[in-house]
Amino acid sequence: MAVSVDEAVSTGPGRDHTPPARRSGGRGRSVLEVALLAVLAVVMLFPALWMIETSIKENRDVYAIPAKFFDFTVTLEHFKDVFVASGGRSALSVSFLNSVVVAGVSTALATVLGVPAAWAYSRFSVKAKKDQLFFILSTRFMPPVVVVIPIFLMYRQVGLIDSKLGLILIYAAFNVPFTIWMMKGFVDEVPAEYEDAAMLDGYTRLQAFWRYTLPLLLPGIAATAVFALIFSWNEFVFAIFLTSSDTVRTAPPAIAGLIGGTTVDWGLVAAASVVFALPVLVFAYLVRKHLVAGVTLGAVRR
Amino acid sequence: MAGIEVTALHKRYPDGTVAVEHVDLSIGDGELFVMLGPSGCGKTTTLRAIAGLERQTTGDIRIGDTLVNDLPPAERDIAMVFQFYALYPHLRTRDNLAFPLRAEGLPKAEVRERVDEAARLMRLTPLLDRRPHRLSGGEQQRVALARALVRRPRAFLMDEPLTNLDAELREDMRTEIKHLQGELGATMVYVTHDQVEAMSLGHRIAILNKGRVEQIGTPLEVYDRPASLFCAAFIGSPPMNLIEVEVADGKLRGQGGLVLTPPPGLPRDRRLVAGVRPEALEVTEPGAEHSVPARVVSAEWLGDEIIYVVDHGGQRDVRVRMPPTVRFAADAPVGLRHTGGPPPVYDVSTEELVA
Repeated sequence: MAVSVDEAVSTGPGRDHTPPARRSGGRGRSVLEVALLAVLAVVMLFPALWMIETSIKENRDVYAIPAKFFDFTVTLEHFKDVFVASGGRSALSVSFLNSVVVAGVSTALATVLGVPAAWAYSRFSVKAKKDQLFFILSTRFMPPVVVVIPIFLMYRQVGLIDSKLGLILIYAAFNVPFTIWMMKGFVDEVPAEYEDAAMLDGYTRLQAFWRYTLPLLLPGIAATAVFALIFSWNEFVFAIFLTSSDTVRTAPPAIAGLIGGTTVDWGLVAAASVVFALPVLVFAYLVRKHLVAGVTLGAVRR
Repeated sequence: MAGIEVTALHKRYPDGTVAVEHVDLSIGDGELFVMLGPSGCGKTTTLRAIAGLERQTTGDIRIGDTLVNDLPPAERDIAMVFQFYALYPHLRTRDNLAFPLRAEGLPKAEVRERVDEAARLMRLTPLLDRRPHRLSGGEQQRVALARALVRRPRAFLMDEPLTNLDAELREDMRTEIKHLQGELGATMVYVTHDQVEAMSLGHRIAILNKGRVEQIGTPLEVYDRPASLFCAAFIGSPPMNLIEVEVADGKLRGQGGLVLTPPPGLPRDRRLVAGVRPEALEVTEPGAEHSVPARVVSAEWLGDEIIYVVDHGGQRDVRVRMPPTVRFAADAPVGLRHTGGPPPVYDVSTEELVA
């Protein structure tokens, strides 16, 4: 009978399977793993969860003792307050818009300057190339706080204090070295022969770069730009030192500015923080594949 | 097709490294010319200068009658095949082949005709609709060759095109390239570091070292009379035995009493080294006629031949190529004698061929 084959194979359990001892050991380990990971997850995620909870609680629930974890009234008032103030747009919404402009333009600027530079450093023989690359990287050695006073003084001289352009320039200056270093890894990965072949086929070097190398670099550019964008979006020190007026300020100092009056509207602070965190999370999620590929690809040298 | 003249080529990079010191080449119309040398000898830089991908610091390059020094690669009317194939990854084979023709702006019908012809020649017709990542290494390289063919250029430049293929495929492709070159009568400049490739392909071989040409000659000339100690040590596997010799009583004597046939016109009062091919020596029974006593240090059994490493009391052990039927155990006492004609002799101080 045809069935007998299956039966013959399925008899004798434990023979074709993993030995029981090893299985329970594996289970024991995985239970431990899950437990540790769960603890870690709670520790890591609690602030974020608390922020989200606070943003949808009414103010009296925010201050309730003992704290209300689950039975509170959900309200979206705080989110409304983030964007709308009495008689028009709120100061916060303006600062969000500023953040978008400053982060976006500075990232674009860093990419436009950094990618061709990375290409040049990868492709051409340049005098003292290693020293130049080290110098470029060295501008990132210091924490921003160290240079913020000199930059404040310089900006005051040239009239860039309290302007979006000033922030854009300083963020781009910080992102260009990063872009060059990260993109150089990507350009190194693309064989120079593509450009050589295209040049023999009748294109100039720049056309060859534009038509062949650049499309192959797009995943790398996306990954690099996301990192640059996150840096510019989150930056706090320069923003708080170099800007003061509500019309110029970006979101991080604006949110920080909500704390410090006689009473703190924690609901508004939390809601503003949620709105602030959301775009970066969404963006990183959308390009996560490129991000991982980018980080690993750029790191491996041939 | 056209010949290529390279005169006093010198290439120095901005960072100070000199890739090409001084190179003169005269490549004939329809010739398969091989540039051979170790890595960093300047062969690829020379090729890239001919292609126009590098601008030489000084020197002239002529393709046919045209001085091409200031022409961009596209206007030199040459095709190049790269080590990494450089097929456009997003294009199907058909479009990869058509690409240079479309860039020239040829009419569609002619593009199609030429692509089909090149595909037929390289046996690519069934692969025309595949993208590069769906082709094997050998197929990719055939596409790269076909892409060079469709242009009908004045010369082909090949930059180590077979290096990335496995050994078996490499031999097939070698035959294919040689056949193709003969059939088209194409001028071909072929760069390689593999001497077997150079010997089997080239009409003439240029051996480069440290940015200079050490020797230009047919494979036989290069093998029989290497022009310098560098060439002597570079060509052949195993390479020549370099044996210190003295001229005495009209004979050439090496250390340990080894006697070699002297070439005519030997200079006096100079320290000399003779280059003796492993097949110009013979391992014999101890005490055989004209032999000097020696000892087998080791033996490499290669199947079709045996390479004996023999100590005959000289400064260096010598290597001897013997048929597989002649067998001596390691450490066995043997005789060693020279059986070939007069070997090339080099001056130790100038490292150049003197006789």
